[in-house]
Amino acid sequence: MQPERLRLLRNVASIPLADVPVLAGAEFRDTIADHVARDWRVMALYGRSATAGVRLYAVLGSGERSQLAIVASEVAGDRFEALTPRVPQVHWFEREIAETFGLVPEGHPWPEPIRSLGGQTSFFKVAGEDVHEVAVGPVHAGIIEPGHFRFQCLGERVLHLEIRLGYQHRGIESTLVGGPDRRSLALLETVAGDTTVGHGLAYARIVETLGGAEVTARADVIRALALELERVANHVGDLGALAGDVGFLPTASYCGRLRGDVLNATASVCGSRFGRGWIRPGGCGFDLDSRRVRDLVRSLETLSRDIQGAVGLLFSAPSVRARFVDTGRLGPEQARELGLVGPAARATGLSRDVRHDFPDGIFRMAQLPVSTWHSGSVFARAYVRWLEVQRSLAFIRELLAWLPRGSALAESSAPPLGPDRLAVALVEGWRGEICHVAETDSRGSFQTYKIVDPSFHNWPGLGIAMRDQAISDFPLCNKSFNLSYCGHDL
Amino acid sequence: MPIALLHFALALVLSPMLLSLTHRTKAFFAGRQGAPWLQPYFELGRLLRKGAVFSTTTSWVFQVAPALGLAAAMAALTLLPFAGHRAIIAFPGDLLLFSGLLALWRFAAILAALDTGSSLEGMGASREAALSALGEPALILALGAIARQTGQLSLSGMLPALTVQTWNQAWPVLALLLVTLALVYLAENGRVPFDDPTTHLELTMIHEVMILDSSGPDLAFIEYAAALKLWILGALMAAILAPVSPLPEAPALLLALAGMAGVAIATGVTESVMARSRLNRLPKVLGTASILVAVALLLIQR
Repeated sequence: MQPERLRLLRNVASIPLADVPVLAGAEFRDTIADHVARDWRVMALYGRSATAGVRLYAVLGSGERSQLAIVASEVAGDRFEALTPRVPQVHWFEREIAETFGLVPEGHPWPEPIRSLGGQTSFFKVAGEDVHEVAVGPVHAGIIEPGHFRFQCLGERVLHLEIRLGYQHRGIESTLVGGPDRRSLALLETVAGDTTVGHGLAYARIVETLGGAEVTARADVIRALALELERVANHVGDLGALAGDVGFLPTASYCGRLRGDVLNATASVCGSRFGRGWIRPGGCGFDLDSRRVRDLVRSLETLSRDIQGAVGLLFSAPSVRARFVDTGRLGPEQARELGLVGPAARATGLSRDVRHDFPDGIFRMAQLPVSTWHSGSVFARAYVRWLEVQRSLAFIRELLAWLPRGSALAESSAPPLGPDRLAVALVEGWRGEICHVAETDSRGSFQTYKIVDPSFHNWPGLGIAMRDQAISDFPLCNKSFNLSYCGHDL
Repeated sequence: MPIALLHFALALVLSPMLLSLTHRTKAFFAGRQGAPWLQPYFELGRLLRKGAVFSTTTSWVFQVAPALGLAAAMAALTLLPFAGHRAIIAFPGDLLLFSGLLALWRFAAILAALDTGSSLEGMGASREAALSALGEPALILALGAIARQTGQLSLSGMLPALTVQTWNQAWPVLALLLVTLALVYLAENGRVPFDDPTTHLELTMIHEVMILDSSGPDLAFIEYAAALKLWILGALMAAILAPVSPLPEAPALLLALAGMAGVAIATGVTESVMARSRLNRLPKVLGTASILVAVALLLIQR
């Protein structure tokens, strides 16, 4: 351990920009590789234009120590040595950097762009007799987001799956530069519409820590309530969609309705089913009065019972188990190497949960158990969701029972951000770890805003999980990860 | 003969109703109201009024296949006795022509799918071919077992010869045959657990992925032929399930129609309570069908 090579910080904290150690390329790579070897993870690796070329930043984290660390390095010229061969979890980060800045990642195993669609790209090919290629998307049969999947198959067996995204690239990160302004929150809430609360909360924490604003205990509790409602709604929807993919109608039909009911519970507080505007920098956009609390408690009681019934059917049907068990397996070693997060990582037995590892807000006081399962299959990913639904519902009941007094509403004007600082905020969204990193310039405006949606970590995991699987199991496997296209494409 | 023609016309008119019955059953289990009863007819009418779009990679094969498939299904229907009454055409050994015509229907569908040159449709064609290679022996053996049991060599002879007495004398044989035919029925018609007719996921489809490129009247022909097939294979099961032979004409017809409805409802119930099986397990399930029918043959021979 050489602490002087890194600047340590907590989750939701800011440091002066000048404190970030800038290392030489080789030392930068060694530092990251050494830490990853000691069970640290790479939360974010991104670049920003500097006077002499590109400056790379790496945000590392150790759940065991509840510690984050940051380190930087300058790239001069038009190439940098890739770290991916030593640290596979930075695979997509380095492709993103290469694509954004037109750099050549030397030694990278597959330096194709992950988002740009205009340029020439080549696809991975498997040669040989009987090997055939199946291309699906970007336009799909269902009403889902666009993404392109290329399978190299031997009969029904998948040898390799290549995932190409970027069709939803909107340039959110570059639009945020110069902020925060009145659009910033709305932009962040649409990073991934189904994770409105997760990204909104991460943004609010960034602004609060950079501006030195305090949040009341009541606002903390209501934020956790919003976050957990979002988790329950999406997990219930996912369980229903998994049932639908294997043609199991009872759960598919009821979970669709139940997801809507949970979303409506969110809407009953803030007027938006996806929780837009509920969380604002400095507090919440909407408070709960005692009547609303009573209504919520009552409707959640009915909901819990109905969800129990619908999901119970799913896990007790032998025909469903036959489909879920052993499909799309990922081992904990693979998950660790790929840097998976969220339910996909917990389904392999890894204990990774921002609420537990890097607690912030009310999670510093209330401990939620980390829901894990060991098999890493579709079943495990479904079962972890189910465990989380139950624990989140129980937690929501607790929160509603001891809602602190006071006001939760945000002040209309947030304090100005500190100049020349860097802040990191992690939030456990329903898909997993959301990481936001912001840097301010000398006037206190954002000069960089990096967003890492959990999907960015997990898409490569889906590709690996499909190896040696039947191609007909892809939709099921895909749904068990249920990753965001727009959250990845930004 | 006029009654046989009436039964033929009845099959042509009522077969899309079976789909409606299955859909309604599923809707009932899902707590939905379901589509209107005549929805399958509306769909056929809509498709018939549309123009067809042909991909430039396809040849005449793709355009001929839907008509060939429909013709094969209708020809098979002329061999099918209904409500204890003989069919329009009947001769000793027609059960082989019957299964041959069903094979022709499938052959046309597979050729058309391959003709599109799409990797997805090719995948569907290969799945269909694999499943039918296993389903067809089970069907022929089952028909052979009925022929052996009743001592008749024509469909029109052997199906009406099944009576309540046959159940009394040889219920294990009939029960085994019923299970075999049920498996063949579900596999051939692309129902759960073999295939999911409502899925939108191309990679999991068997039957549906083979018709992705078809449109307009061609698609109407394919859908209609599929409805006829539902009727044809359903009638085989209904003949065993609800033997009508001693009854007079009118009650016999009603009982036979009730048998058909029962098969359609049972399909809907199956789809409402179980998930679709994993694709690579399906050969084992269909293999089981062949084994069951072999046991039935052994029991008859004993």
